Amino acid sequence: MPTLKRTEVLTDVRTHYCPGCGHGIAHRLVAEVIEELGIRERTIAIAPVGCAVLMYDYFNCDMTECAHGRPPAMATGIKRVQPDKIVFTYQGDGDLAAIGTAETIHAANRGENITVIFINNAIYGMTGGQMAPTTLTGMRSTTSQDGRGKHGEGPPLKVCELLRSLDGVCYLERTAVSTPKDVNAAKRAIKKAFQNQIDGKGFSLVEVLSMCPTDWKLSTAQSVDFVNNEMKEAFPLGVYKDKG
Amino acid sequence: MGKKILLKGNEVMCEAAVQAGCRFFAGYPITPQNEVPEYMSKRMPQVDGVFVQAESELAAINMVFGASASGVRCMTSSSSPGISLKQEGISYIAGAELPCLIANVQRGGPGLGNIRASQADYFQAVKGGGHGDYRVIVLAPASVQEIYNLTMNAFDWADYYRNPVMLLGDGISGQMAEPVEIFPYKPIVDLPAKDYILDGCAGRKPRVVKTLVLKPTDGLVTHNEHLQEKYKRIENELSLYEEYQTADADIVIAAYGITARIAKGAVSLARKKGIAVGLIRPITLWPFPSDAFATAAQTTGQILTVEMSHGQFIEDVKLAVNGACPVEFLGKGGGWYPTEELILEKIESMAAATAKGNL
Amino acid sequence: MNKVHFDKHRCKGCGMCVLFCPQKILRLSDELNDQGFSYPQVSDPDRCTACGLCFRMCPDCAIEVDKDGVKISDKKETTDLAK
Repeated sequence: MPTLKRTEVLTDVRTHYCPGCGHGIAHRLVAEVIEELGIRERTIAIAPVGCAVLMYDYFNCDMTECAHGRPPAMATGIKRVQPDKIVFTYQGDGDLAAIGTAETIHAANRGENITVIFINNAIYGMTGGQMAPTTLTGMRSTTSQDGRGKHGEGPPLKVCELLRSLDGVCYLERTAVSTPKDVNAAKRAIKKAFQNQIDGKGFSLVEVLSMCPTDWKLSTAQSVDFVNNEMKEAFPLGVYKDKG
Repeated sequence: MGKKILLKGNEVMCEAAVQAGCRFFAGYPITPQNEVPEYMSKRMPQVDGVFVQAESELAAINMVFGASASGVRCMTSSSSPGISLKQEGISYIAGAELPCLIANVQRGGPGLGNIRASQADYFQAVKGGGHGDYRVIVLAPASVQEIYNLTMNAFDWADYYRNPVMLLGDGISGQMAEPVEIFPYKPIVDLPAKDYILDGCAGRKPRVVKTLVLKPTDGLVTHNEHLQEKYKRIENELSLYEEYQTADADIVIAAYGITARIAKGAVSLARKKGIAVGLIRPITLWPFPSDAFATAAQTTGQILTVEMSHGQFIEDVKLAVNGACPVEFLGKGGGWYPTEELILEKIESMAAATAKGNL
Repeated sequence: MNKVHFDKHRCKGCGMCVLFCPQKILRLSDELNDQGFSYPQVSDPDRCTACGLCFRMCPDCAIEVDKDGVKISDKKETTDLAK
């Protein structure tokens, strides 16, 4: 009997992601959780603008895609109308923490009963490697060529730390997909974030530190090291909030 | 005849929406439309609907996007600066071909402008406003009663054509209270089944609501052609206007919304003075009732366009008239509004100039 | 016999599986798949424990792991490199 194979919550379409990109792992984890919870036929997913914009081709459930940064608002509309459905957004750092900061904070503060999967790779991937709100201090990008922080860019924005203070938030955890242990922990966190929604507990967000070898201009191994050494230092892993 | 009650335009719009089955409202306060979120915040829970005070106009329109994708009748409202913020979402909703109602209780602009009534969002409403080749059905009520009627119709047309509809009012009609005959909602078209909504894929293939179409030739070009075909169909089927005393008119006034209401008074004043004046009032601004103006231009001497803006509406009138007769202009933005006397003055000068020219 | 199956045409040659294989029995091929990428090959199948780390770290769902050595899917092209 097969023990490990692609879940049928994912289509068999080959993804457009670059080699070594963490989105593929995160997609699989979300899809496996949906399968294990048996919620595929009542799940509605919202794709972001950014690298994951085409995720509606990869997921075998109802999906929509909306304007850059607005998934939490759209999710609010869908979930309020259909409270019995499972609604999740899947957003990158630009979508969630730059152009959509207001939508993120207010959906969280209202305690919308939705699940947010937040992929943080510290760079704008789709547009070719520009500075993200989460780009590390000193990290070079095509729009911070001397390293972030030299020209008034400010430090990276830490989403879990920011949202922790909001009373409406139920669950926040920062995970990674850069080691097998982290991948397992990320899946547990994602499962909890969906289970919270099923149980009506409110806003749950799982941040996933993820590799972007192409725009970091690093090899796969170097990218894994970058997450494990640099990113985890700037963005410590762990549970930031759990109302239980 | 149903019972009449005294209500403000903004409140009537809300009640008509509720009667028509609107069960989702998201909005953000802005004067002069604050009665709308206030009324909806109270009314929606009474009918098991959803009211959300959004953190911004951007969020509000995207909440409506989500609600519409869920299949419920939904709306948002704002006033000019807030409508500018909503344009992003309106473009997406039009591109995704979802129905919704957007109300614009216009105020003075540009920028923060002021909170007096205005019609300066005409271009934004009828020419797009957001990015891309899309159209929004634009309705221009001229009385509180018409706000009631058109709001109900708006939901039907939105569902029928799977397209956003904008109710383009202004601070006067929104704030004005008039007796309104309240009658029960009845659909005016055969409403199609909503076979596009996202409600989980139980027993069917997954659906996608999206606006990104990457394949250049058989993708986005085809999608745009499809949209244009729909817009052509709407133009053929839904071009509404009121014609008033135009049969013998030497001068025809072109005006919409509250301006047309004032212009109607000027028609009476002018006729008392022996000047044959009529009025054409577009009820739909898009589709624009071009044929009505083209026909009038063949028989009347000249057309006077009156608008609470600096020459926006007149462009569509001139396009419709296509040089067949002179088109004069009376209008200002920034909170100015015409009086019957002011319009009469303009008519008299036009009539005098014509008489002089005939000598 | 434990087996790892690679869908070589889904693979983008990132090498995550090679990097994380605890037995160090994977290497990338010299030839390319139809996307132009190298893909993994098992150098010493007898040492595979079917631990599944390659599956867990693969971003492209190009790996299936079968503890019993039964071919998992005959629907798509797989490369049985254990042969």
